[in-house]
Amino acid sequence: MDAILLQILNGLDKGSAYALIALGLTLIFGTLGVVNFAHGALFMLGAFCAVSLQKLLQLSTVTLSETEKNFLGQPLEIKTPYVVNWFGEATGQAIIDWSVPLAIIIAIPIMIAIGFIMERGLIKHFYKRPHADQILVTFGLAIVIQELVKHYYGANPIPTPAPDAFKGSLDFGVMLGFDPNVIIYPYWRLVYFMFAAVIIAGVFAFLQFTTFGMVVRAGMTDRETVGLLGINIDKRFTIMFGIAAAVAGLAGVMYGPINSPNYHMGMDFLVLSFVVVVVGGMGSLPGAVLAGFMLGILESFASMNEIKSIFPGIDQIIIYLVAIIILLVRPRGLMGRKGVMED
Amino acid sequence: MSERNDLTRRRVIKTGAAAATAAAATPYFFSRASAGNHTGYLNAPTGSSVTLGFNVPQSGPYADEGADELRAYELAVEHLNGGGDGGMMGTFSSKALKGNGILGKKVEYVTGDTQTKSDAARASARSMIEKDGAIMITGGSSSGVAVAVQALCQEAGIIFMAGLTHSNDTTGKDKKANGFRHFFNSYMSGAALAPVLAKNYGKDRKAYHLTADYNWGYTTEEAVKASTEALGWETVSAVKTPLTQTDFSSYIAPVLQSGADTLVLNHYGGNMVNSLTNAVQFGLRDKQVNGKDFQIVVPLYSRLMAKGAGANVKGIFGSTNWHWSLTDEGSKAFVKSFGTKYGFPPSQAAHTTYVQTLLWADAAERAGTFNPCGIAEALEGYKFDGLGNGATEYRAEDHQCFKDVLVVKGKDNPTSEFDLLEIVEITPRAQVEYAVDHPMFAGGDLGSCNPGA
Repeated sequence: MDAILLQILNGLDKGSAYALIALGLTLIFGTLGVVNFAHGALFMLGAFCAVSLQKLLQLSTVTLSETEKNFLGQPLEIKTPYVVNWFGEATGQAIIDWSVPLAIIIAIPIMIAIGFIMERGLIKHFYKRPHADQILVTFGLAIVIQELVKHYYGANPIPTPAPDAFKGSLDFGVMLGFDPNVIIYPYWRLVYFMFAAVIIAGVFAFLQFTTFGMVVRAGMTDRETVGLLGINIDKRFTIMFGIAAAVAGLAGVMYGPINSPNYHMGMDFLVLSFVVVVVGGMGSLPGAVLAGFMLGILESFASMNEIKSIFPGIDQIIIYLVAIIILLVRPRGLMGRKGVMED
Repeated sequence: MSERNDLTRRRVIKTGAAAATAAAATPYFFSRASAGNHTGYLNAPTGSSVTLGFNVPQSGPYADEGADELRAYELAVEHLNGGGDGGMMGTFSSKALKGNGILGKKVEYVTGDTQTKSDAARASARSMIEKDGAIMITGGSSSGVAVAVQALCQEAGIIFMAGLTHSNDTTGKDKKANGFRHFFNSYMSGAALAPVLAKNYGKDRKAYHLTADYNWGYTTEEAVKASTEALGWETVSAVKTPLTQTDFSSYIAPVLQSGADTLVLNHYGGNMVNSLTNAVQFGLRDKQVNGKDFQIVVPLYSRLMAKGAGANVKGIFGSTNWHWSLTDEGSKAFVKSFGTKYGFPPSQAAHTTYVQTLLWADAAERAGTFNPCGIAEALEGYKFDGLGNGATEYRAEDHQCFKDVLVVKGKDNPTSEFDLLEIVEITPRAQVEYAVDHPMFAGGDLGSCNPGA
């Protein structure tokens, strides 16, 4: 029982990332009909917003030490971050410590802007082209973004730690009556799960309860009719592309402390997120979220020693295996709509 | 019967087979003949220069390590040609190198991108040998790549001076007469680490291994298990993790349930950064199990990886081939030379590749030839000093360098972004040495040197 609870918890944060990326993918596909293979790169760019802010906050004044030497025997450079100079040691260090959550503030406008530029500058030219063309161009774009990030930030992962307040783990087991150390869960992963839940709820609320959202939903259902009513649906869809980019970016910002960001992290999530979208049902937002969490938890279960001892290597294929089974039983995915990608 | 009637079915088949064989063999003989220039070995230099092939990961996950290797190679070439301050050439026990190239020929180089993929690495090595006329191939940041390129060089008749490769197999079951490794190996890591671990954490420990699911992971797990169990540790479980894994939470969460009080991460590169970060996130190091503080061990450290893991490496033991903070004359000369040119200290990958280049050049000078077999003979059993690892020997039987091994620990209070590891112990060579027929290295055959012509 404890092992099952443990793996459900482990699957939640991974599922959160899948769900957030898949949600953005589905938003773009549902509105613009574009299969965006650069969506993983948006997730990665979000993580690098956190990296960049962390670097910015650590910009320092340099003084030479009179006693300590560097590796070449020259006076050691002692760096004092500007924020420490400006706000004092305690406040300055606290700002640096909270750089990841603070990065949310800068990531939102940056990611929306990137989404706009990407959609207006490149992707809109491929609306009427076959899906294969869209996949090729967006995949190429993803590689370009990835290589640019590698050029400027290097190939190695860059640590972006969580604030000290969220270090360590919560002993869930004790709360549920188990022995200590049996079911533990890092605080930051708990934060990530709750953050994902808030973002997902926010996107659904935006689409459900605002006039803008209502028009977008109408456009997703029947773009032509909405256009005939004199509504500029293209403009709204462009905004949705920006919002989808922001959702992926925010997922990336908060993922930094879970795994140190590197230029390749978007690709690591991309393929699995597409599987999530297909399993959830192309164009279905609730389907994407449901499939994200479901596959995240299943992946965690598959890595259990007990399961791997019976089915060696199952942790590598479980998501694809489940995807095949679901698509055989429900060809449109869990919550897929009739007519989406069927013509 | 006229002559035309001699065109029998049998003759047609024979003629066709001969023609096909000749056609298939022509490019091979052509390339061998032109490249070797009939001097008895492949790619014998005929002009005033000699070309070396640096095969490093310039893209992919180990690109930073590859970039550092390339910097070291460029520095070595500069020093061989008489540029810069000469680096370790001044401290090297052999004085055969004079800074006038190798055997009077200017050293030039070409580079290839291994992408840390065996196929890509073989293709780039082949291209440098066949198109660029490289007479020696060196580099790599992965054992899979090293083994693959080493086999290619053996077939082609080129010396391969391995870069960063730590698997036992490189000089064990996959060893080749044309391949030489300066870097240490998994067995040596285990033999050096275990006594330090026992001294610091006690002999009554329960270890849980997470192991990267490929060749290097297996040999490292085997070596660390054997050496720690010999000192009294018990291995509770050893779990293979996919090489492509990025989030290790589902593998780390069951560790505490297993009753283990020590986690051994047989991971390298991005795997190590992520698994260590995840383990620290789960608060493993804050836990007490079996009445002891929970500990994490990383058998193979590199400074570049430690940088990726950030503060998570503090206090964690591991082993390394070399570290820039060593104070011997060779290390100091190399750090000064590299640091002055590039502005930061070299990594262990840079060190081993620089040393391998000097060793090959020195062997050519001592042998008086670029013939791979002459160079191999000069390297086999060669004893040297002054290259940063103390007294070292290239064992003739398996082409593995034997030297001291460093046990390091993540530094608690680093003074700079480079000052991440501190040397805990310099384990003497005698403690990490093993017999040629040791079971962990069994199954291979060195074979004989191939000059390629």
